[in-house]
This record gives sequence, structure tokens and C-alpha cells, in this order.
Amino acid sequence: MLIDLGIAFGRVAFVMLFVLNVAALLGWVERKQSAIMQDRIGANRASIFGITALGLFHPLADTLKMLSKEDFRPARADRLLFELAPAVSVFFALVAFASIPFGDTLQVAGRVVPLQAVTLNVGVLYVFAMLSLGVYGVMMAGWSSANNFALLGGQRAAALMISAEIAIGASIMGVVMIHGSLNLMDIVRGQGHLFWGWLPAWGIITQPLAFILFVTAGIAATKRIPFDTPEGESEIIGYFVEYSGMKFGMFLMTDMVETIVLAGLSTSLFLGGWQIPYLVADGFKFPWGAGIALAPWLVALLQIGAFVGKVGVVIFFLMLVRWTLPRFRYDQAMRLGWLGLFPLAIANIVLTGLVLAAWGAR
Amino acid sequence: MSPMNLRQRFYLVEVLTGLGLTAAHFFRNMGRHTARAFGRKGASGAVTIQYPEERRAYSPRLRSLHRLVRRDDGSPRCVACMMCETVCPAHCIYIVADEHPNPEIEKVPRRFDIDLGKCVFCGYCVEACPEDAIRMDTGILEFSSYSRGGMIYSKEMLLSLEPADASGRPRSPIPLPADRRG
Repeated sequence: MLIDLGIAFGRVAFVMLFVLNVAALLGWVERKQSAIMQDRIGANRASIFGITALGLFHPLADTLKMLSKEDFRPARADRLLFELAPAVSVFFALVAFASIPFGDTLQVAGRVVPLQAVTLNVGVLYVFAMLSLGVYGVMMAGWSSANNFALLGGQRAAALMISAEIAIGASIMGVVMIHGSLNLMDIVRGQGHLFWGWLPAWGIITQPLAFILFVTAGIAATKRIPFDTPEGESEIIGYFVEYSGMKFGMFLMTDMVETIVLAGLSTSLFLGGWQIPYLVADGFKFPWGAGIALAPWLVALLQIGAFVGKVGVVIFFLMLVRWTLPRFRYDQAMRLGWLGLFPLAIANIVLTGLVLAAWGAR
Repeated sequence: MSPMNLRQRFYLVEVLTGLGLTAAHFFRNMGRHTARAFGRKGASGAVTIQYPEERRAYSPRLRSLHRLVRRDDGSPRCVACMMCETVCPAHCIYIVADEHPNPEIEKVPRRFDIDLGKCVFCGYCVEACPEDAIRMDTGILEFSSYSRGGMIYSKEMLLSLEPADASGRPRSPIPLPADRRG
């Protein structure tokens, strides 16, 4: 009983600490990566006892600054919703990561422990449900601020979320059809299959179009540039225009956490999750017959490392997009979502169905 | 602007081209930063100047903080003729004249205040001065104060300043106004 509790706690703690720490680190990654892309140095002044550590203390300084700032609430704001909105926003972003697996099973004290925070049969749906609920925080913020620009931002966020969410849902249907499951663990396991004995059946190989659609719509769902019309700091400032201090910081954190969730989800659905090619439960087994036997804990460690590494690569790519492309105009973003991504995703479903029927897989 | 062709409207190719460009910059700069971190000499990974520590050489004709030129005995060369105060378009110079003990010199300023909060750095005072007593060659640009009163620089502060060296680097420390001292 106590061991079960400890294991459950450990699984949740790992995911929670991973998400929170990487979210804090992303503030630094974002600054430094954008700086290096633009031939700059980036923030490097914050120091503790003269140690700057490449600017790693800047997220800390930011947090301290936000915590110590005035917590302002407009006089005509709806008090309850105004206070609740950032918490709702960041809460749903944080819990979304729960059903994303970061490794295969591990034997602990005679129990088979799946390496994910919560084992859900509808894991994919759960993640999307949580990400969609996150937009309620944004809408609440927009409405309760008693500010027309904030309201406009919240409305734009809702419209963008709907158009992006539908494209996301349709684009992952192909992956779900191939694996016949909504459980993310099953989907990742299915990607360990090898075509012709050597080509790993990662989602990006079986569903290349869906991958592009998913990442595009996913960036829209995180409300980051180039789909930051809800924010649009040069035109309407956005749904958090009336927020200050750490409440504003929580909206920023939501952005970072959603980026991590999107990266984790793309990794699980399209990049093989924790899979390393040719690594099976008891070591490497190469297609040319050779093999390396490995201890189970080492395999689990390699898998977690592979998952974290892949998430890192996807985050790098998302940051690259964020610092390269200009913002879509509101109507362009809507048109892209409804007239570009959605029909293509439907076409992808039809195509996948035809191929599966011809292949006779199921 | 000409309408976009099909390839541009399809967007994906153009996006990937752009991403390729920024990614190339990232990896090139990252490589240079890494090489420098390991002590190799080479091109810098950034084109920016780390401002307070590194500075561009200022042009010799730069108009920076004023200074009052001294005679050999340390007294101001200024004869309080009021030319600069008259020509100043911002009315930021305030002079109170006094008799000079030396009968060959007509007057000397008792007070010579410049309100740098008003000054527009046009340099007319330098051009108007018949005695070459005021110059704007200290190279000091970063003077600041927490109050408007702190921006008024007195005769003593202006007299203590030295001209910039050949590369335009200031030789005197930035004078601290009263409200920033201590």
C-alpha cells in the first residue's frame, strides 16, 4: 500500500518537476536562443556574487521582480473571475502533461510501473481537453478586466483556439487510426514497430502531412508568434493588458508550459516518444543481427533520456519558428485554420483510411 | 507589391526557407561562441557591442558634456560676457558676473550654471564664446539625476572636467549631482 502510494507520488512528482523546471528554463532558452539567432549575446547581467552563469539567473530575477510588483486590479473588474483567470489558465496547462509517457514500464518492488504520471485509456483526448479548457482562463481574463482591448484579445483567443483545436483533432486522427488506440502509451509502443525490419514506424514517417498540420495548429493553440493575435502587443496588447505582477507572470508561464506540452505531445505522437530505434526491453537489437544486452534500469534511463532529448529538439524548433516568422493577421490566421489546415487534415484521414484498407492492417 | 505566386501562397516552402536562414545563423553563432569558450581565437558570435564595458570610439566633433576651460592659475577663462547665455536657444545657461582681481581681465563669473535638463546640445555657446572658455569635448554622455535640480551643473563641476582623450574616451569621471551623492 505504502509502496504503491510512493510509486504514484514519484510518477506525478517527476512529471510535475520536469514541466515546472523546464518552463522556468524556457525563459532563459527563449532569450538566449533568440539572441544567438539574431547575432546578439542576450541577457547576461543578472549575477549572484559576481557569477552570471550565462544569464541563467535571469528567470530567477524575473520571478522575484514579478512577485514584488504591485498587484493591481482595475476598479470595475469582476473580482472573482479576475483573480481566478490566471490560475485557471496555468492549472490546465500544467495538468495536461499528465498522460504523456516518458518511458516504458519499469519493475519496482515486484510491480510493473508504467512511466507516465497517469495511465489513461483516452490519453490523447485528455491532453486536448485540458489544453482547450486552458482557453477559458484567457477568456475569463479578457472579460473580467473591464477593458475593451482585453475583451477583444479574449475573443480572438477563443476563435483561434476553436479553429486550431479542430485542425489538431483532425490531424491526429490518422495516428489514432494506425495504432487503433487513444492511449498515448499504446501509440508510443506501436511506433517501436519496424517496417521491413529496419525503418522505425514513427509518426513522422507514417503520417508526414499530419505532423506538419499538427505542429502548425499546435503553435496556434499555444497562442505564440506567429499566431499571437490574442496578444498582438503592437495592436491590442491582449487579454492580459490589465494584469500585473505574478498574475501576469502566470500567463507567461502558461505560454511556456503549453509549449512543453505541445513538444511532449508531438514527440509522443510523431517522433516515437521514448523509443530509441532498435532498443527493446533487454537491450539493443540491430537489424543486421548484432545486439547489446542492457540492464532494465539502464534501458528505462535511456528511454527517459531519449524522451527528454526529443522534447528539447521540438522546443528548439518551436522557438525557432517563434523567432523567425512575423505575426499572422487575425483573418489570415482564421483562414489558415479553417480553409488550410482543416481540409488538409480531413484529406489526410481519408488517405490514411484508404491506405490502411489496402494494406489490410486492420 | 506584386501578388504572391503559388509557391509563396503555399507558404510552407517560404517558411522552411526562413527557418533555414535563422537556424543557419544560430548554428554558426553557436559554433563561434563554443570555439571562443574553449579559448580559440576567431570571429565573434555576435555583432553587438557590450556597451558599458566596450564602447565605440566617439567622433572628435561629438558634442558631449560642457566644460569650462581653466587659465594656468586654475581660474576660469570665462570673462562673463554673457554671449553664450544670450545665444543659447534653450535658455539653460545662467551667469552672475563679478569683478576680476586682475585689472587686465575685465570680469569673472561668480556663478556659471548650465541646466542640462534644458540643454539641447546645439553647441552655439561654444561657437559664440570669444574667449574659447566653454567647450563640449569631455566625451561624457551618461550624466543623470533623480531630480530636475540635480541636472543643474555648477561652475565648480564644469571647471573640474578634462577633455576626452584621442579616442574620444572621457578622462574625467562623470560628475555626480547632489542628489546622487552618498
